[in-house]
Formats: sequence, structure tokens, C-alpha cells
Amino acid sequence: MRSEDRFINRAGIGLRAASTAVLIFLHFPILLIFLYAFNTEEAAYTFPPPGLTSDWFGVLLNRNDFWSALGLSLLVALVSTMIAIVLGTLAALAIYRSKFFGRDAISLMIILPIALPGIVTGIALRSALNLSGLNFSFWTIVIGHATFCVVTVYNNVVARLRRTNYSQVEASMDLGASIWQTFRYVILPNIATALLAGGMLSFALSFDEVIVTTFTAGQQQTLPIWIFSQLQRPRDRPVTNVAALFVVATTLIPILLAYRFTRESSET
Amino acid sequence: MDGKSVAVSLVNVRRYFGEVKAVDNVSLDVYDGEFFSMLGPSGSGKTTCLRLVAGFERASGGQILLHGTDVSGVPPYDRDVNTVFQDYALFPHMTVGDNVAYGLMIKKVPWAEREQRVVEMLELVRLSGMENRKPSQLSGGQRQRVALARALVNRPSVLLLDEPLGALDLKLRQQMQIELKNIQQQVGITFIYVTHDQEEALTMSDRLAVFNHGRIEQVGSPAEVYERPATTFVAGFVGTSNVIDASVARQIVGEAATISIRPEKIHLSAPDALVPPESYSIHGTVQDVVYLGMYTRYLVELETSPRAHLAVMQQNLETTSMDVLTIRGKRVQLIWRRDFTRTLQRTEIVEESGV
Repeated sequence: MRSEDRFINRAGIGLRAASTAVLIFLHFPILLIFLYAFNTEEAAYTFPPPGLTSDWFGVLLNRNDFWSALGLSLLVALVSTMIAIVLGTLAALAIYRSKFFGRDAISLMIILPIALPGIVTGIALRSALNLSGLNFSFWTIVIGHATFCVVTVYNNVVARLRRTNYSQVEASMDLGASIWQTFRYVILPNIATALLAGGMLSFALSFDEVIVTTFTAGQQQTLPIWIFSQLQRPRDRPVTNVAALFVVATTLIPILLAYRFTRESSET
Repeated sequence: MDGKSVAVSLVNVRRYFGEVKAVDNVSLDVYDGEFFSMLGPSGSGKTTCLRLVAGFERASGGQILLHGTDVSGVPPYDRDVNTVFQDYALFPHMTVGDNVAYGLMIKKVPWAEREQRVVEMLELVRLSGMENRKPSQLSGGQRQRVALARALVNRPSVLLLDEPLGALDLKLRQQMQIELKNIQQQVGITFIYVTHDQEEALTMSDRLAVFNHGRIEQVGSPAEVYERPATTFVAGFVGTSNVIDASVARQIVGEAATISIRPEKIHLSAPDALVPPESYSIHGTVQDVVYLGMYTRYLVELETSPRAHLAVMQQNLETTSMDVLTIRGKRVQLIWRRDFTRTLQRTEIVEESGV
């Protein structure tokens, strides 16, 4: 960058102070969660904490209900992501380049679940499941999560396909490759990182989802719902903070990886 | 062309997109080993014709024969033709070597033979040693050669080229024209070449077809098409031509027909110059002079019909830019041989790029 460009791009002191303040406002509460995970006080949130301890980790790790909630959340996230990858890719390929009546409407309908408030999706799913006579179970949670997980995969793949030259597909067929061979050798390598990124985002979304889950779960508790139910109880507050640390770690890592993947591929 | 077998044959081929007749009843024979060009402005149906032969488009009617076999319902991967795409369409995630080997890999050609044919092919297109580069590391001209090698390595019976030099700059394009022609003669494969550049088509082709509005206006060798244009469109699109209306033509040749005369065939002479036998002549006033270095272009207004103009090209053999400018406004006589005049079928007149 030339020096005069840098001069033009330099922000005023007020703007810089304001943006710093906003960033602190956004992230300070999260730091508090980390801090209170080590709090010696068990019920109230006083600042600063009277003392620090790592005992709550031990308490949490001995709680069976925590482990089953964590296990359920991981499994739901994994299965809904798998479904999302298959359905999202198929939907993206169908929309890509083909022009048919109602194409834009279908595209909108695929994206809608993520735009609609979770509570609307949740109520709608609950009444639909009731009507169809399905019992609320692991699979109803997965169905609920898949509705918005498909969107993240679909969006990523559609964006990548738009940047992929369709003549590559024609070239592959011209060189003798069948439709499946073309998918395997040309389309898949082109969309691989987009699939990975979409999949990771979808995993993270599913893992910390609360609203839709409350409407589609039966007796099962996913980790976010478990944390929520713990908050109703006055004691053992720091335990929930420790659990929150797990959630942050489990969702942050895939999101960071997804960010890396999409950035790397857009550079080439 | 007796004794030559037909490689590709289009019989009354039509391709409609809704109301638009992209290809409107085209019939055409391309012979084995020929360098055949499809020339026309954008939207004239030449690329659609090529895509019909490749199998990317399905004809709305008519037949497409490859060596006598109807391939109308055959998908692209089962046709013995390969395509060089306008945007090259290289696979960005593969190396140059893997790109070229792609068709052979799909056909399960043994590894050793695959390797050898890729090396040979890269040598042919002068890219030896580039096997491990990625397409993004190559220049436009090099990508073009990879695309050519990737298609030719399969030894197709016909190679289709869709404006392959369109994205290259002028110098590189002229160099690649000669190279492409050499490669075609070396491998002996039929080339069908789509271009909107009439100079390119004239330089490279054995024969060419001039497309307009989804129809073929004329098929012939470059010399035939240039010297004896069949229609007003061809006269204006291939090179430039003076297309003369029937009313004006009656005064010159004594017959009411649309005629054309190439600007370089006309002699700019003194008003009292002697007209040689078997020649036409007409008087006019030089209205405009454009000095083009090697040539000068004159626009002459005809005396008998003041709204009609003839363009004249004269090589600057003994004139300089100063000399030619003094001619402006002078009275002159235009003289040309009778046999250079063509009677044209009236189609569409291409807008003169003008003075």
C-alpha cells in the first residue's frame, strides 16, 4: 500500500475509541463466563470473585447428566450435518445453472429456515410432528436442526459453484467422463473446501441451538438445554459456566477452521 | 472436392431457443483433414452449431452425422470429437500434466502409455517440462496450448475450436494462428474453427462458412468467399466492399442489380484518363481522405447520384500523407475491371465502419 493510501485510510481517534468500546462490550461478558467458571462462591455473581478454584471442573466431569447431554448434542450435530451435506449439495447442484419455473422461489424456500425466527420454525415443526404422529425423539431433534443446517451447506456450495466455470463440466464430459466421473473428478474437488466450511458451520449451529430444540425434543436434553435448566437451580452456578466453556470450545474451533478454509480457497 | 470423405455432416439442422432461431436449417459438409471455419458476427449461430456437433446442445430438428453415423441422441462423452473452449476450461485443481491426461485417465489408458502421450503432446504444443505447473501459474497463451493438448491427446476424429484465440492480444493471436495451422497439418485431424474475426478465418481455413442470423450465407475457400461474395452480407462482413444499389448500378453497368466492388480493385484516375477495354468507369468528387500508413482510403461522391459514395483503397506506393491530402475536393474518375464486379443476392448489409 502506498503511503498516501494509508493516510487516507487512517481512522480518526474518536472512531477508533468507539470501535474499541464496542468490541469490549461484545466480548467482555464472555470473559466473565470464563472467570466465573473458577469462582469459589456457588450461588451469586459478585465482582470480583472472592476466590478462584478449579473444583467445578471435577464436579461437572462427575455429573452423568452432563455427559449424556454432551453426547446427545455431538451426535445430533454430527447427524444433522451429514444430512445437510448431502441435501445441501444436491439442492445447490440442482439450482446451479439450471433455469426452471420457480427456481428463485425454491432457492428462497431453502434459505428461509435460517431467516425465520427459531421460535416460528420450532412451533411449526412441533405442530407438524404432532400431526404426523411422530414421537419426539433423537430423530425429531435431528430433523429440526437439519432444516437450518442445510442452509449453511447450500449457501456455501452455491457460492462456490457460481465462481466455478461451467465449461469445466462440459470439458470433462467432452473428454469422455460420465456425469458421475465428472462429479467425482471435477465438481467435488472444486467444492470440497466449501463443503467442509459449510459442514463445520452447520455443526457449530446445531451444537449450540436452543429454540428449535426445545420444541422438537422429547425428554432428551441437549447440552445448551441442560445448561439452561441448570440456571433455574440456585446452586452450582459455576458448573454451568464450566459447561459453557465446553460449548464455546466445541463451536469456536469448527468456525475458525471454516473461516480458514473459505479464505484459503478464495485466495487461489 | 471429389474423393474426400465427409467427416461431419449437418442436414437441415435447427436449434430454437423459444422464439429465437439460433440455428435455422443449416446444411453443411466438412471433409476429412480439413481446416474448416465457421465465421459470423456474435449471435449468428456459429457457436451453437459447434456445440450441436460437440453434443452440448440438442438439435430441435435435422440430423448431425459423424463419419456417416447419426449422433443426434449421443451424449458428448460418447462422441469422437473434442473441444477447445473459448475460456480454455482447464481444471484449476489439477496440474498441467493431469489436465492433459484427463481424457486418457477416463478411458483407462495404461499409466505408461498415458505418461508418454502426455509428454509427446506437450512437446507438440511447446510446453515440455510444464507438467507439474498449475493452470493459474501459466500465461494466457500457455493455457491455450494446454487446452489444445488436452483435446488433441485423445486423437479425436474432429477437433472443435470455439474462438480459441479470442482472449489473446493481437501479436500472440497472429503467432498462434500460424502455430495452430501447423499443428493441424502435423496431426492431420479435421479442425472446425469458430471465429468472428474474418482475417483469422481467411488466414487459416481451407474452407469457411459465413453465418448470419442462424443461416449459412456462403461456403467456399477463402479466395472464393472474398473474391466472389454471394450476398450483400458476405460482401460487407468478409473484408469491406462497396455495395451498390440497383438504381445506381444501372448508371454504371447498365443493369438494375445490387452489385459490389472491393475498394482496392478501384483505380483513382484523372478525370480525363483513358478507360481501358472491359472496364467500368464513373466520375466523382473526393470527399474524404484517410491516410492509413500503408494505404490511403478515399471516399468519392458520385456525380450522377450525389447521395451515393464509393470507398477506394490505394496503396501508398509513390504518395505521402501530404500528397494524398491535396486530393480532397478534386474531381476524379474511378475505373475498375468488369470482372471484379459481383452481382449479389440481397441479404443484410453490414454497417460500414466508415470514414
